[in-house]
Amino acid sequence: MIEVIGLTKQYGSATVVNDLSFTVRKGTVTGFLGPNGAGKSTTMRMILGLDTPTKGRALIFGEPYDNLSKPLTKVGSLLDANWIHPNRSARSHLRFLAATNNINAKRVDKVLDTVGLTKVAGRAAGKFSLGMKQRLGLAAALLGDPQILIFDEPVNGLDPEGIFWIRTLMKDLAAEGRAVLVSSHLMSEMALTADHLIVIGAGKLIADSSTADFIARSTRASVRVRSPQLAQLRVALQEAGLEITDLDDALEVNEAPIEQIGDIAFRAGLPLHELAGQSGSLEQAFIRLTADSVEYSDPGGGPGGPPLASPSFDAPGNAQLEGDPR
Amino acid sequence: MTLVNAERIKLASTRSPYWCLVAILVAGLGFAVINGLPDSGQGASIGGALLGATIGMSIFMVLAALSITTEYRFGTIRSTFLAAPKRFNVLLAKSVLVGVIGLVVGSVVALAAFYLTKALAASPIMPMELSTGDEWRQVLGYGPLFAIAGVMAVSVGTILRQSAGAVAILLLWPLLIERLVSLIPTVGDYAPWLPFAAGQQFVSAAGTQNPDAPTPFQGLLVFAAWALLLWLIALFLLKKRDA
Repeated sequence: MIEVIGLTKQYGSATVVNDLSFTVRKGTVTGFLGPNGAGKSTTMRMILGLDTPTKGRALIFGEPYDNLSKPLTKVGSLLDANWIHPNRSARSHLRFLAATNNINAKRVDKVLDTVGLTKVAGRAAGKFSLGMKQRLGLAAALLGDPQILIFDEPVNGLDPEGIFWIRTLMKDLAAEGRAVLVSSHLMSEMALTADHLIVIGAGKLIADSSTADFIARSTRASVRVRSPQLAQLRVALQEAGLEITDLDDALEVNEAPIEQIGDIAFRAGLPLHELAGQSGSLEQAFIRLTADSVEYSDPGGGPGGPPLASPSFDAPGNAQLEGDPR
Repeated sequence: MTLVNAERIKLASTRSPYWCLVAILVAGLGFAVINGLPDSGQGASIGGALLGATIGMSIFMVLAALSITTEYRFGTIRSTFLAAPKRFNVLLAKSVLVGVIGLVVGSVVALAAFYLTKALAASPIMPMELSTGDEWRQVLGYGPLFAIAGVMAVSVGTILRQSAGAVAILLLWPLLIERLVSLIPTVGDYAPWLPFAAGQQFVSAAGTQNPDAPTPFQGLLVFAAWALLLWLIALFLLKKRDA
């Protein structure tokens, strides 16, 4: 339903989106994943006709966005919840959008109800909290009952309840047969929401696969073993040709069946105090995958670095890179 | 028409246009009082009664420019383009709406100012009458002038995309720049053909002009031509630039 073909955007000598191609299918939530500054927002703006691509094109139902008549009835989008006039009421905001596409005014009250803003619909939208602005933005996206929905970082700044609500909403919309494209820089969030993943880094496509495949492929399984005779165990495992990482009081064996490690220890006559399989964290996998393409990387978060405690990819030094490149 | 209606909802759902309309009325009627009241209104004249309408026109340009610059300020221009991706139509709808409002507001304010002065002036030396076509033009001419000035302001707002710059230019241009140009030797001879000087000819009494200046109807056409030129530049930039 959305086709992106060789899409490229350059600002001067900087290439923000580089020959990107992918498709978004109906009935699925497609996660659009990449670190900050990877070109996600720019790509979405080009799909929606706000920015003109330097090369390539983006088609919706086989047509460029500019050619759609009554586009709100075909594509609903929420790129930035702050695109509202602070003195205009939520209802007036939706009313002018509805009028632009000849959408029945009754629909305005319906979507206000859907997002739970009916009671505050007459209030100036500038006084809304971020969560309420997000809800207003979603109401605008749903206004034309479109078959395609595009959301840019919709959970940013929301409380857990709001995050859960949006996640459920997106899944419901896809279950109704709609195509949902949602961007995020949070791998963990996408693992919960998306059926399909498109991963980009520095404007280039890194992966285009189902979420399950992506996780299986990119997370490395390892086995953690502990023994009172760690040194001997280490030698035994090394003789078997296994890749070992030293931890404080244990060893981590990469990509080996857990049974094999148990057998090796038994044959060497070494007692084990712990033998546990571990699956790698999604965040680590994501970081490893995009590491080469991260524009402004966090020195602590690269491959081999300490596992990130926070599920966010944001490091204090590299926030605010997404968005307006001008 | 659909888009004009959407633009009408946008304009009517914020406060600043109402404030601007009040200010236009205050300016228009205030000068009418000043012209009609002192000395039993001996000095009352059509031109004097309508001095405030010219100031009202400047305020109307602020209203018109803000109708587009606030969209850039708050990002609603993107919501607008998402709903109406054909940018020519958006600019056209805004211009049509501002033009129609300008036509109505300009005519109403000028008529109101005229009749207020007429009512206040007990014994004017020149009788305040609207009988000849020339006199009607001097009053109702403000309708087309407001309309064209509004379109010009929308164009300048679109080109600059920010309120402060657009308002500064629109206020300083007629009050300052055109007067300064007229002081420059040789170049100054063409000053009456600059947009606002030319436009002002349309609401001046016939036969009072200097011979280098355009006639009233030439003046209107020149003013409209300047507006069209700015509008085309605005359209070009609007289509070319990323929103």
